[in-house]
Amino acid sequence: MDHRSDRARLRGEGMTLAYDQRTIARKLDVTVPDGSFTVIVGPNACGKSTLLRALSRMLRPKEGHVLLDGADLSTMPAKQVARTLGLLPQSSIAPDGITVGDLVARGRYPHQGLLRQWSREDERIVQESMGSTGVAELVDRFVDELSGGQRQRVWIAMAIAQQTPLLLLDEPTTFLDIQHQVDVLDLCADLHEQQGRTLVAVLHDLNQAARYATHLIAMRDGQIVAEGEPSGIVTAELVEEVFGLRCQVIDDPETGTPLVVPAARRRAAV
Amino acid sequence: MSVVRYRQWSVHAHPRSLAVGLLLVLLALGSSVLLVGSGEYPMSPARVVETLTGQGHPADVFIVQEVRLPRVVTGLLVGAALGLSGAVFQALVRNPLGSPDILGFTHGASAGAISVIVLFGGSSAALAGGAVVGAALTGVLVYLLAWRGGLHGNRLVLVGVGVAAILTGVNGYLLTRADINEAGRAVLWLTGSLEGSGWGNAVPLLLALCLLLPVVLLGCARGLRALEMGDDAAYSLGVPVERVRLVLLVCAVLLTAFAAAAAGPIAFVALTAPQLARRLTRAPGPNLVPALCMGAALVVCADLLAGRAFGDQPLPAGVVTGVLGGAYLVWLLATQRRAGRI
Repeated sequence: MDHRSDRARLRGEGMTLAYDQRTIARKLDVTVPDGSFTVIVGPNACGKSTLLRALSRMLRPKEGHVLLDGADLSTMPAKQVARTLGLLPQSSIAPDGITVGDLVARGRYPHQGLLRQWSREDERIVQESMGSTGVAELVDRFVDELSGGQRQRVWIAMAIAQQTPLLLLDEPTTFLDIQHQVDVLDLCADLHEQQGRTLVAVLHDLNQAARYATHLIAMRDGQIVAEGEPSGIVTAELVEEVFGLRCQVIDDPETGTPLVVPAARRRAAV
Repeated sequence: MSVVRYRQWSVHAHPRSLAVGLLLVLLALGSSVLLVGSGEYPMSPARVVETLTGQGHPADVFIVQEVRLPRVVTGLLVGAALGLSGAVFQALVRNPLGSPDILGFTHGASAGAISVIVLFGGSSAALAGGAVVGAALTGVLVYLLAWRGGLHGNRLVLVGVGVAAILTGVNGYLLTRADINEAGRAVLWLTGSLEGSGWGNAVPLLLALCLLLPVVLLGCARGLRALEMGDDAAYSLGVPVERVRLVLLVCAVLLTAFAAAAAGPIAFVALTAPQLARRLTRAPGPNLVPALCMGAALVVCADLLAGRAFGDQPLPAGVVTGVLGGAYLVWLLATQRRAGRI
């Protein structure tokens, strides 16, 4: 299925992405279908996080541009972008001695001003954000006392409080135990389905990506190798091409989505 | 967290921070009154207040307005400038050790001032100018050396510490080139003293504060709060990260520079005031205004202590802040290491 013709608020055109002199990707085109849960996968150093940084305005493409609602992202005022496009960075620092409630409240920054620091609407949205991420009962706890899984929920609550129709997540499950990984991804799926937000996430785990994504982008060496619905594109050939891994692809017994089972290097002795 | 709302406007208020700020202001003002009253010609606090409100004896009025008040006002302003500049630096580099005392800006001011004394034998106005230029040049140097596609907190600290070490050597060299009178004048300046401060010391600093305070407190404080969570988080919240950081860096360097120009490098106030303030307010964030009040209270109290506690031989305020600040630094390093933060 070709998504390029669909309506897309966020697009990258002809992007060449580089840090200093090191070029990560050349002439990259990417489209985030509206209303999708797009997941970007690929081996380490394939440029997936770099692509996300470019889409979120943190890395300015050397060539080409990122378009948000048809306007060049790099020329838009920072606050205006932040009201449409949110990002959950890979690592953020919780200020010393901050409570969960105060941290989530900081997500309202792009909607505030010098004389509009804390409206009733801000208060309501922060409450809702903590409710929908299940951290409402932690409101007065200090962030540095929380477990990794709880903390990630708090950061997600802050990103949600920003109330952006588009939300980008850079490896939201890294460093979490498996039950918390599933927790966080279920939460993302809820945000996508119930609140109708467009989500873009970089994930490490191909099986999780195939299970949760509605639109999958597979990258290798700074290029997009395949994109589309996971059930349409995840095949043993694609996994071998992208990750260099021989495998079988079977149906996930829980969801019916593609499940990658790596080939055993040595057959067990019979 | 409390909110003050009026029509569509709303302002955050943290009651404990307000109370701490108010207490510190009262402490600073109370110490100021005692300080104005102390010296070879002692005056009771009541008489000081009377004189300040314009009802005093002409002799009292002369002594207060021409001799003692400028010294106390200089102390208050220097403390406020140092407290604020320290709070901004510490939040910018996300490190409680990131104060201008350690990042080399104070050393830059010293290098400028000593150069003026040793190379040109300049007046005290030239000396103040030298301090400002020295700190500003150091600011530019540190920024250029630390900038690589963006300014990273730890890189700024490391470059700053390196520049501070170089400047310490330069300052030592300059002192060896000075004759004994110049060297004495330079060393006195280097300890940081309010002795002999006149309106000529207070006014330039006051003007600088009038200009810089609104930029920092109204223009950049909210962006600085977001920056505390990391550059990526600040970007995603819509803070123009590089611009806010550059403006804050310039303001904080200038605050340090003008404070040093007024009274010499009074040690450790910029380092300790923000940390003490945040321990009292228990509020997250840079605590800019409490740090400013704490700085003013610290310097005036230190000057009061320096003049009274050591008998007939008054000490420069910088010696007291240096001793107390040093002790505080050791304590901070010990506790932070125990908490696994350093």
